[in-house]
Amino acid sequence: MSEMKKIKNLKEFSTSADRFEGANLLCPGCAHSIIVREVLNATNDDLVLAASTGCLEVCTAVYPYTSWDASWIHIGFENGSTAVSGAEAMYKALKTKGRLKQPDRNPKFVAFGGDGASYDIGFQWISGCMERNHDMMYVVLDNEVYANTGGQRSSSTPIGASATTTPAGSISYGETRNKKDMMGIMAAHNIPYAAQVAPNKWKDMVKKIQKGFATEGAVFINAVSPCTTEWKFDPKDTMHLADLATDTLVFPLYEIIDGHELNITYRPKNVVPVEEYLAAQGRFRHLFKDEYKYLIKEWQERVDANWAYLNRREEARV
Amino acid sequence: MAFDKLELNETEVWDGNHAAAQALRQAQVDVVSAYPITPSTAIVEGYAKFKSDNLVEGEFVMVESEHAAMSGCIGAAAAGGRVATATASQGLALMAETLYQASGMRLPIVLNIVNRALAAPLNVNCDHSDMYMVRDSGWIQFDAFNPQEAYDLNLIAFKVAEDHDVRLPVVVNQDGFLTSHTAQGIHPLSDDDAYNFVGEYKPMNDMLDFENPVTHGVQTEEDWHFEHKARQHSDTMNIVPGKIDEVFAEFEKLSGRKYSQLECYNMDDADVAVVCMGTSVETAREVALEMREKGIKAGVVGIRVLRPFPFANIAEVLKDIKAVAALDRSAPGGAAGALFNEIAGALFNTDSKMLLSGYIYGLGGRDLTKKHLVDLYTELQANADAGKLLTQQQQFIGVRGPKLAFL
Repeated sequence: MSEMKKIKNLKEFSTSADRFEGANLLCPGCAHSIIVREVLNATNDDLVLAASTGCLEVCTAVYPYTSWDASWIHIGFENGSTAVSGAEAMYKALKTKGRLKQPDRNPKFVAFGGDGASYDIGFQWISGCMERNHDMMYVVLDNEVYANTGGQRSSSTPIGASATTTPAGSISYGETRNKKDMMGIMAAHNIPYAAQVAPNKWKDMVKKIQKGFATEGAVFINAVSPCTTEWKFDPKDTMHLADLATDTLVFPLYEIIDGHELNITYRPKNVVPVEEYLAAQGRFRHLFKDEYKYLIKEWQERVDANWAYLNRREEARV
Repeated sequence: MAFDKLELNETEVWDGNHAAAQALRQAQVDVVSAYPITPSTAIVEGYAKFKSDNLVEGEFVMVESEHAAMSGCIGAAAAGGRVATATASQGLALMAETLYQASGMRLPIVLNIVNRALAAPLNVNCDHSDMYMVRDSGWIQFDAFNPQEAYDLNLIAFKVAEDHDVRLPVVVNQDGFLTSHTAQGIHPLSDDDAYNFVGEYKPMNDMLDFENPVTHGVQTEEDWHFEHKARQHSDTMNIVPGKIDEVFAEFEKLSGRKYSQLECYNMDDADVAVVCMGTSVETAREVALEMREKGIKAGVVGIRVLRPFPFANIAEVLKDIKAVAALDRSAPGGAAGALFNEIAGALFNTDSKMLLSGYIYGLGGRDLTKKHLVDLYTELQANADAGKLLTQQQQFIGVRGPKLAFL
């Protein structure tokens, strides 16, 4: 049986043994490392990990150093998911053939990728892994931008965000397309488990990760990862931004079981206006000019509509 | 659950694809991660069928593209087991990124390339443009001239790739349709002999050894990248050829079939010679023999190991030849043919006075006929007699319309 950690409080959680070391090159205030630790700390089982090319990868495995105290592989930008699916296939093969060196272990197979690697360039590879239902977990570190290459828009970048390839200017308010519904698409593969998580809601996150690890088959996790560099906020405010993301319902926390059973897992006691989320980030600063204020109103309407949609799906179990 | 073995006949009638699939079965490959493409598909279909019939134990992962196929192979190989796949042409082109990643990570994967032309124009038939496209990808590359060799070289490939002093991926090339779909009498090894020859897979830096976690695929910049690449290439040039010879010798002891990095035919006293690859080698041998009756001392050199290219061997073999033709089955794209260039490089700084000319042939599956080769040997003899090239240095043969040549 899998061995899940019993975690009672944040102190216990934060002081438990790390398999992802603090010695890495990620920006101060980067949420990636927080999310990765929360994922890895959810289990005591052995891990086989992959990262797609991106911030996490270039900051944690620069020869001759590694930040990973677990087996880890990086191939390219688009194929972290498939790297892990190949390793998982080998595990199954060697298990059948009785050739595992430590046959009594219950390794967990996890791939991490940014939204560029997941929503865009690696989309097909992830879809393949989910459709084939490998016993693996794919975690998107969703900072809604190509941060590693310096802030280009991805298909996760939301409307109105200024990115280097969709810059706000005298006649532009930045990104014109809405964020891709990756959760919906992945759940539509009818995988056993998909969930959206946020690093500030660590209990919710650990519960979902542990549920994912206990699930046989493919698991998709979308984690909001506030990016101090590209969202343009003070590095000390990462958790504040994550709080705003979840409490404005811009980033609602929910899970989808077997492609249809949707459960909302966090209902903020006091829902914060979306405007506060936008106002906290430099990438949306231009929206507060008079000519673009209608976009803030539209933002709120979109978030409200999405929340209503999720609630309807939860109720209808479809 | 134990798998069943097959009782094979002394002679089986297999095409090149089935021969390769049988070799994968006998090697008991642990993971095949694959995507179909003509004319290579039957190799991985074969593995899948063997698995369905309990003739092989392993995982067959049918992925959604060739890029994913090799990505899965890389993950599986890094996890620690025997891995193989097959592709061709456009599939190989899509896979190309990952080939460099596989070799850079020194993962012993065996890839069957069933050689096919690259589009455009779209074409499913044989030429070597796919083989040439990835010739510098850091993989060891073998070339089979017929189905028997496709079988033998697959077994040899695992043994070379997985040697801990080598740890490099290996390509086994065979000609699309001409070899892959042409059934011939094949002398297979017994299942036990074949498996014992390849041997148990011995893991190295395996991700599934949880007591010794490993990091695969790191980043190195200007501080270390060059050392990694240079040392690996140095091993490829200095260590790998000897290892290949060792495995060839061991295979000969077992099977009676002798392999060499260069397969020489009537070269000892030859005045003129053709150097080529794939099924053309056998055609050239037939014509070379016939040329002897016409008084032309003709020989053939077949390239068995394209990478690491046997520079010293070919310089030795060709040093006393008067006129040599390099046959390239790929449009060179703004250069001389690749084989021409390798041979020229091998002979440079030697005392050889050889006249070297290049011939581009057989693109998109166009036949290389015996008549083409008779004319070619005749042309080489004329060059040898004149002591100079009487034609342009690079010519196309077997193409319609006016004669095309360059350089």
